[in-house]
Amino acid sequence: MGAGRLYATVALGGFRRYATYKAATAAGVFTNTVFGLILVYTYKALWELRPHLGGYDQAQAVTYVWLGQAFLSTLAISGGGVEDELMERIRTGDVAIDLYRPADLQLWWLAADLGRAFFQLLGRGVLPFVFGALVFPAYLPTDAGTWAAFLVAVLLAMLVGFGIRYLVALSTFWMLDGTGMGQMTWLLGYFCSGMLLPLNVFPGGLGTVVRALPWSSLLQAPADILLGHGQPLRTYLFQGAWAVVLLGAGRLLQSAATRRVVVQGG
Amino acid sequence: MAGARVYGLIAGMWIRSTMAYRASFVMTTFGSFTATFFDFVAIMLMFSRVHALGGWSLPEVAFLYGLSAVSFGLADLVIGSMDRLGRRLRDGTLDALLVRPAPVLAQVAADRFALRRLGRVTQGSLVLGWALSRLDVGWTADRLLLMPLTLLSGCAIFCAVFVAGAAFQFVAQDAAEVQNAFTYGGTTLLQYPPSVFAKDLVRGVTFLLPLAFVNWLPASYILGRPYPLDLPGRLAWATPLVAAACCALAGLAWRAGLRSYRSTGS
Repeated sequence: MGAGRLYATVALGGFRRYATYKAATAAGVFTNTVFGLILVYTYKALWELRPHLGGYDQAQAVTYVWLGQAFLSTLAISGGGVEDELMERIRTGDVAIDLYRPADLQLWWLAADLGRAFFQLLGRGVLPFVFGALVFPAYLPTDAGTWAAFLVAVLLAMLVGFGIRYLVALSTFWMLDGTGMGQMTWLLGYFCSGMLLPLNVFPGGLGTVVRALPWSSLLQAPADILLGHGQPLRTYLFQGAWAVVLLGAGRLLQSAATRRVVVQGG
Repeated sequence: MAGARVYGLIAGMWIRSTMAYRASFVMTTFGSFTATFFDFVAIMLMFSRVHALGGWSLPEVAFLYGLSAVSFGLADLVIGSMDRLGRRLRDGTLDALLVRPAPVLAQVAADRFALRRLGRVTQGSLVLGWALSRLDVGWTADRLLLMPLTLLSGCAIFCAVFVAGAAFQFVAQDAAEVQNAFTYGGTTLLQYPPSVFAKDLVRGVTFLLPLAFVNWLPASYILGRPYPLDLPGRLAWATPLVAAACCALAGLAWRAGLRSYRSTGS
């Protein structure tokens, strides 16, 4: 029970830490809204020509755009989560202090990242979404059950998102500078999560591949549940499987790193 | 002209420093190339489902994309590091630049000069070249002359946005992300045809923040397409004047911002 309280405190700390920078949050809301505006017009043009593209109607495409803007920072799809700090701590050798703590490295950072994600969802995600839903004709389910099922998928997406970013962060133990690795992963993630275009619009074989990758758990999976396109149980199973695989791989890599790697620093 | 010399010296120093880690340079340049490459892949995926977007064909959209990407890429290469100013303001390291006998703007602009940003320019040039090879433009002397004028003016307009954004950081500090909405958001907006967007949005980026002069107006003139606002095509020739006015205004904003700087600390 004591351990549970420790990680809850870490998560709360993560939440409050990001909540401190109010101007930065407002700036983020503004930027996400501008990007949402640009995307929503291009999607509307696209869906005007092909009204049922990817199985969505125009209102569903509008909702998809604003969900993407709400999730970009929440799930740190193109970086910007706690992994930046972890990478820096590995690079400078400060991670040695973290390893001395009577807490598990992975759970500690997972808790901190969940706290951050919940703040970003409430602080940065909700406002652009509400703006989009008010200004454009968006599809919003009316039954609470769908919203509840959607929130479960968001929670699983947070786990998968952290799983990917933790692996990237741990690569710093071997590469010493994780910048290049991070950059590559964020680019891939931005594209493969469907931030640019919903994955069910991707043609043929490419579509099948991107839908099987872990990034499809981030935006596409929760969006499909909200838009009434995916069976919740099958979606949870897919997301859960990726979460287990990625977090498990993180655990293996972590034990390899702490056994074999000499920490940086003088 | 002392500014240009200082800029050259500092940029040269950063290039030498980057070249000390050649492998990292190659990787990050490739990364910068791929980042923008994915943008264009998304557009190509859209065109795998439709034949025209807002009435513009793929080569025509690629022409817009190329002009926007090259102009923005050049501005980002020359002056893109200015978004680091926020950090300097927070930790007070701007003071070091103030005591040096060289223009502060040149020092800030050349700070951490990143040659890897050539990746973005290269990618934009390739798309622009492809578009030109596919388009059937009746090249007259005035249309040919407008091409280099457009690229240079576009670069100048984006430079002005970067400088104005930096000036804004003196006031906003934590809200530095707002400028991303205009720099990265601006170049994303301009990748799509103006006919896709709401008239008010087009009016805003034509008359208020004249990003439309980067490519929408010149490209409409060169391709002989009507501009959504019923403006005369000859307005495209005002592009260099608009760029000069933007730079002048941004310069004034920078001076005002720098004068208001009161350093940090207790």
